[in-house]
Amino acid sequence: MSNWLYLHARAIADAFRRLAGQPLGTLLSAMVVGIALSLPAGGYLLLDNVATLARGVSGTPEISLFLANDAGAADVAAVERRLKGNPELSSFRFVSRDDALHQLERSGLGDVLGGLTANPLPDAFIVAPHSEDPAVFERLATEMRGWPKVAHVQLDSAWVKRLHALLGLGRSAVLMLAGLLGFALVIVTFNTIRLQILTQRAEIEVSRLLGATDPFIRRPFYWFGILQGALGGLVALGTVWLGVRALAGPVTALAETYGAVFALAGPGLPEAAAILAFAALLGWLGAAVSVRRHLAGD
Amino acid sequence: MIVFDNVAKRYPGGYTALAGVSFEIRHGELVVLSGHSGAGKSTLLKLIPAIERPTAGTVLINGQDVSRLPRRAVPYLRRNLGLMLQESKLLTDRSVFENVMLPLVITGHPPGDAAKRVAAALERVGLGGRGREMPLGLSGGEQQRVAIARAIVNRPSILIADEPTAHLDPAYADEIAALFKSFNSAGVTVLVSTHDANLFAANKPRRLVLAKGLLTEGA
Ligand SMILES: Nc1ncnc2c1ncn2[C@@H]1O[C@H](COP(=O)(O)OP(=O)(O)OP(=O)(O)O)[C@@H](O)[C@H]1O
Ligand SMILES: [Mg+2]
Repeated sequence: MSNWLYLHARAIADAFRRLAGQPLGTLLSAMVVGIALSLPAGGYLLLDNVATLARGVSGTPEISLFLANDAGAADVAAVERRLKGNPELSSFRFVSRDDALHQLERSGLGDVLGGLTANPLPDAFIVAPHSEDPAVFERLATEMRGWPKVAHVQLDSAWVKRLHALLGLGRSAVLMLAGLLGFALVIVTFNTIRLQILTQRAEIEVSRLLGATDPFIRRPFYWFGILQGALGGLVALGTVWLGVRALAGPVTALAETYGAVFALAGPGLPEAAAILAFAALLGWLGAAVSVRRHLAGD
Repeated sequence: MIVFDNVAKRYPGGYTALAGVSFEIRHGELVVLSGHSGAGKSTLLKLIPAIERPTAGTVLINGQDVSRLPRRAVPYLRRNLGLMLQESKLLTDRSVFENVMLPLVITGHPPGDAAKRVAAALERVGLGGRGREMPLGLSGGEQQRVAIARAIVNRPSILIADEPTAHLDPAYADEIAALFKSFNSAGVTVLVSTHDANLFAANKPRRLVLAKGLLTEGA
């Protein structure tokens, strides 16, 4: 085990030495990898921000549950029990027919209602599920329509559907971009490692003669790929961070003109870690393919 | 123990470099392999660390049949041999110390102990304190001594050298020969090929002579 660790530490040191040995090449590769990765990373971030913004502007999507006019206190309590018992709901609130009437009166429509002898409004529950998935909304609504004394269920999900469709489209585009550029990066690493193997022919041959195993020979190249990928990931993070900084001011100003409070969010720790890991993984993949192709048992 | 039993080597092009070679080398022997250019000396030596495989016959090293050794096992065979072949070049971008250290790095030797062994090996070949120098800054004889230090740093029981004195002045060549003799005196089995009939003459070594792929003397 400690021997295994030692051999990996050697391989990492070796990879670092090779990276440092050609600073210009390392820098250029990191830039290529980084700039390419910053496109999908920035796209992902943009979608994330749009989702947050949409939520902020439109409020949380809700389901409105209107009870029948002849529903009594016991019926209201029964519906409330069912809502409480449903783990899929994040919150709900009760709007009694009297409250609803008061709200209407306050909103200036009181005169219209003044002629009525009885309150025509029903009791209602406003329900917010955990999920924003339109399918979940549909399912919950169908279920609630079947409950006793529930007269009408109104789905507040048209915009949710539209937003989801848009975000879904955006995510597919970002994924496709990430896939394509990822593939390009694997090719870039493949080629870098190919050149590395060529320039290290003598060392590889001598090492084999001295009893080096295939894993020993390959390990530094894998690490080279991983490190080069990770360096590219760092460049991508830096690029995205600079982009966010440059756009943050204008975006906040724009939001203010709409009376909204919104700050552009940069990549958080999990996102940053994911970008680095993805970049390192691509580097490893390119190295693995290259090593398989160019170091096959000789 | 090195045993060749009816070994033949025919290269892919169809050229027969060795034909029916049989001999035995016991532990602690000093053996000189000679023969004209193209006689098959290098080919014979390359069969021992399984760089080349025989097309017929058997090669046994310490009882292990290396002619049929699976590829995966070859590195472990080589770790127990001290090799100085034409392919065993020094790495010109590494210091003398790092070159000699390489076999120990490959076997994952603890670094502290490895450094001591490297220093001892360099001392042994008369290059103590020269570890920081680069190979290209050394004379031909000194470079060969670095290669010897690298070959013995793993303390192999068998040392194999292919014309280690080929491009050296006679004085340097004798130094190298004396080194091999001293390893042999310490119990290492030594098999050296050479063109030079005078080399080792004083030590009265056993001689194997190859001519056109056939063993004509010493079997
Ligand atoms: N890889 C190879 N492919 C084809 N033929 C080869 C190969 N290696 C050696 N030979 C041939 O095998 C014969 C023996 O070669 P070998 O190198 O073993 O001779 P040698 O005794 O070491 O000669 P020298 O003293 O010149 O080093 C030569 O004719 C050579 O051309
Ligand atoms: Mg030869």
